[in-house]
Amino acid sequence: MNSGEGCSEEIPLPSSPRELTQNPLKKIWIPCKNGLPEKHIFQRKVCMTNCPTLIVTVGLPARGKTYISKKLTRYLNWIGVPTKEFNVGQYRRECVKIYKSFEFFSPDNEEGLKIRKQCASAALNDVRQYLTDEGGQVAVFDATNTTRERRDTITRFAEQNGFKVFFVESVCEDPAVINENIVQVKLGSPDYTHCNTDEAVEDFMKRIKCYENSYQTLDEVLDRDLSYIKIIDVGRRYLVNRVQDHIQSRIVYYLMNIHITPRSIYLCRHGESDMNVKGRIGGDSGLSLRGKDFARRLGQFIQKQDISDLKVWTSQMKRTIQTAEGLNVPYEQWKALNEIDAGVCEEMMYEEIQDHHPLEFALRDQDKYRYRYPKGESYEDLVQRLEPVIMELERQENVLVICHQAVMRCLLAYFLDKSAEELPYLKCPLHTVLKLTPVAYGCKVESIFLNVDAVNTHRDRPENVEVSRMAEEALYTVPAHQ
Amino acid sequence: MSHKQTKLTQNPLQKIWVPWMSSKLSRRRGSSVPQFTNSPTMIVMVGLPARGKTYISKKLTRYLNWIGVPTKVFNVGQYRRDAVRTYKNFEFFRPDNEEAMKIRKACARSALSDVGTYFMLEHGQAAVFDATNTTRERREIILSYAKDNGYKVFFIESICDDPEIIAENIKQVKLSSPDYIDCDKEEAVADFLKRIECYKVTYVPLDDDKDSHLSYIKIFNVGSRYLVNRVQDHIQSRIVYYLMNIHVTPRTIYLCRHGESELNLVGRIGGDSGLSPRGSQFAGALGKYIKSQSIPDLKVWTSHMKRTIQTAEALGVAYEQWKALNEIDAGVCEDLTYEEIQANYPEEFALRDQDKYRYRYPKGESYEDLVQRLEPVIMELERQENVLVVCHQAVMRCLLAYFLDKSAEELPYLKCPLHTVLKLTPVAYGCKVESVSLNIEAVNTHRDRPANVEVSREPEEALLTVPDHI
Repeated sequence: MNSGEGCSEEIPLPSSPRELTQNPLKKIWIPCKNGLPEKHIFQRKVCMTNCPTLIVTVGLPARGKTYISKKLTRYLNWIGVPTKEFNVGQYRRECVKIYKSFEFFSPDNEEGLKIRKQCASAALNDVRQYLTDEGGQVAVFDATNTTRERRDTITRFAEQNGFKVFFVESVCEDPAVINENIVQVKLGSPDYTHCNTDEAVEDFMKRIKCYENSYQTLDEVLDRDLSYIKIIDVGRRYLVNRVQDHIQSRIVYYLMNIHITPRSIYLCRHGESDMNVKGRIGGDSGLSLRGKDFARRLGQFIQKQDISDLKVWTSQMKRTIQTAEGLNVPYEQWKALNEIDAGVCEEMMYEEIQDHHPLEFALRDQDKYRYRYPKGESYEDLVQRLEPVIMELERQENVLVICHQAVMRCLLAYFLDKSAEELPYLKCPLHTVLKLTPVAYGCKVESIFLNVDAVNTHRDRPENVEVSRMAEEALYTVPAHQ
Repeated sequence: MSHKQTKLTQNPLQKIWVPWMSSKLSRRRGSSVPQFTNSPTMIVMVGLPARGKTYISKKLTRYLNWIGVPTKVFNVGQYRRDAVRTYKNFEFFRPDNEEAMKIRKACARSALSDVGTYFMLEHGQAAVFDATNTTRERREIILSYAKDNGYKVFFIESICDDPEIIAENIKQVKLSSPDYIDCDKEEAVADFLKRIECYKVTYVPLDDDKDSHLSYIKIFNVGSRYLVNRVQDHIQSRIVYYLMNIHVTPRTIYLCRHGESELNLVGRIGGDSGLSPRGSQFAGALGKYIKSQSIPDLKVWTSHMKRTIQTAEALGVAYEQWKALNEIDAGVCEDLTYEEIQANYPEEFALRDQDKYRYRYPKGESYEDLVQRLEPVIMELERQENVLVVCHQAVMRCLLAYFLDKSAEELPYLKCPLHTVLKLTPVAYGCKVESVSLNIEAVNTHRDRPANVEVSREPEEALLTVPDHI
């Protein structure tokens, strides 16, 4: 259930407390000696766990293991937990260049078994490297892992290396679901590039059969000491056993909230605001004339899309609410969707920020993701603030989210698996709706510009990010405004 | 489709933008409260006696109320005690005791009826039906009642075979029950065990096949395993997450504020100042106190603000900084004294006194916002064991309100003085609080609600309850 995570090192009580200095980028207070920051600062990260975690998928082919692996990895990386997936099938494809047929997976194909074992070992080796040497915190070991023997090998490996293990088993007997899986992701697999649909399906079914006889599902009694979640019938039922720590608890919560019902998520910003027009950031202004026009067009667009049961979410800022009002449907206001708080820079133009806070302006360009405005927020803070929104988006079906530039960048980065480096520079122009539809292992994006002109609010990273730069160099990439 | 742009107006208390409506009867389209669920939810406990049903019921209710979901417990045993004034012995619960059966059925019906009243007339959103509900027949009655009224049903079944846990339960909460007031310990335990046997005869647990269409969570052995079936909506998902994070391992939570700060001394709110000399003294004293408590594996949490970190630094142990523990954002009133707030924002000042829980500072936060911000902290506190949280006045009030089940009305006025540690120990169905003053003088920062909260009041009336400062 839980364990003593983190460490409580005992240092003798200092005679006088250490001096504190505020890290200029993130505005975090850290102890310093002689003006230099000391290490030993613990800032609340998602999983303050001592050991890296190995997530191990379990299940017959076409049970959604890779889908879960990729989605979970995307989520963990987004919330700040360095995670990587290791797909053993990928290792097999690299080893055995050409896939002939299901015979490879026959349980009495000794040659095949040898290769598959080697691939698993190679993958585990890479896992070790990732978790031990490359700063990874979670590794997702994506393979069938259907025998107790294989799972014991993995458990021993984890023990030797000081990793925690958490199994994610997907159990499903619904032929409709399995068929849909095969259509969505197997037919397009490199294994079946040279087959027609019927051949591929037939071969894959036989492949599944190869695993069925030796499949040992996680057992209530035999495996009672393991930590795992068993997902039954795509989430109708879950069995959760021995959650050890915070990160496993978060993983369970996430897995229990996702679904595969087809749906679309629409992301857009509020209509152009009065502040936008003046080139000012933040604030709580209303829509400009063009912004109001966008709200009307958005309403027409939504009607034409004829979306069943659409939920509409806004922030609590006037401009998103005014936009939603134009749709004539009920909407929900989320404080968590408010624009990034620019603290002392609220309502300033970039020119004014350069004038009054040139150091801050440069620091922001140096690390836009982690940079926190004085008395404000960073993108990193935003992501933490938005996590409940993402969780609820996962639970929901058709949703339109009317939000703000920085917020939209964060949400988009989650859906499109963008890194912390790319996130703050994602293009989210005004008056453009992004329609996201989950497909196969990812997300299809459609960008729809609703034909109402608006200012550009996107400021690219300038060439010179040094504090010593000239004002012109800093302001080079500021978009035009009144 | 209408193309008239609705004007927006900002509700002065919560700073929520709403369409300006001349007709007060039109329903506001934009809800600013999180939509947990469309229909009221009945949470139905299932399990033999001494399996922690009432513990879970009370705890869950406390949590749901704190996050803003009006919830109430309906304990059928209570109804039974009201109906049958004196409890004789376990024979009352024998499955062949027809007279008693009639009474028990009537009590269940009465409780169900009160659930209906709570939902329809008292704006309740969740009701916890706390009883054994161990037969399929009883559960059917509840299900059909819910169906007839459009309520959702979520079952929580607690299954436990560990005799040690059951014995501990009996000791903690049964021996002191009104049923056993006139018994000695051995008699009570013997009777209670026979009571449990009465239920075992007819106990039919939720069945994974026959009940596969129901929504439920089965908790095995106090949380080592869970079975979750058909979670229907957001609130059920949150309930499951909460239940999977709580534990019953004994532990202690220490809550305190940072040491007195420079801004505290001059009566200013908010800001990010450092400790005053007395504040530093407190930090040292806190270190000594913590050491003297000899707490195994203590986690220390602070906010991102200088004053809590400086306080933690004096403890000489590792600590974790949480941005979520930052003090309430007073927006435009940051760094002001109450006198300055009265001078510059008299209307805001009055609104705050009218509804301190929901009042949001312009460009700042409300206590209501704070609670939402602190929910992950509470969730992690539930997961953890021994923790010291060094935080701030408003934050500490919110956390305390969660542990001590204080209402939204009481919360913003809870007394959390500087230089005082509150030691919270879970006991029986609640929390024992020990207040430990570390004997270092500090300013008082607690401002009571003044008698006159009207916008029309005089400045003196507004400032009557402002504590002294430099």
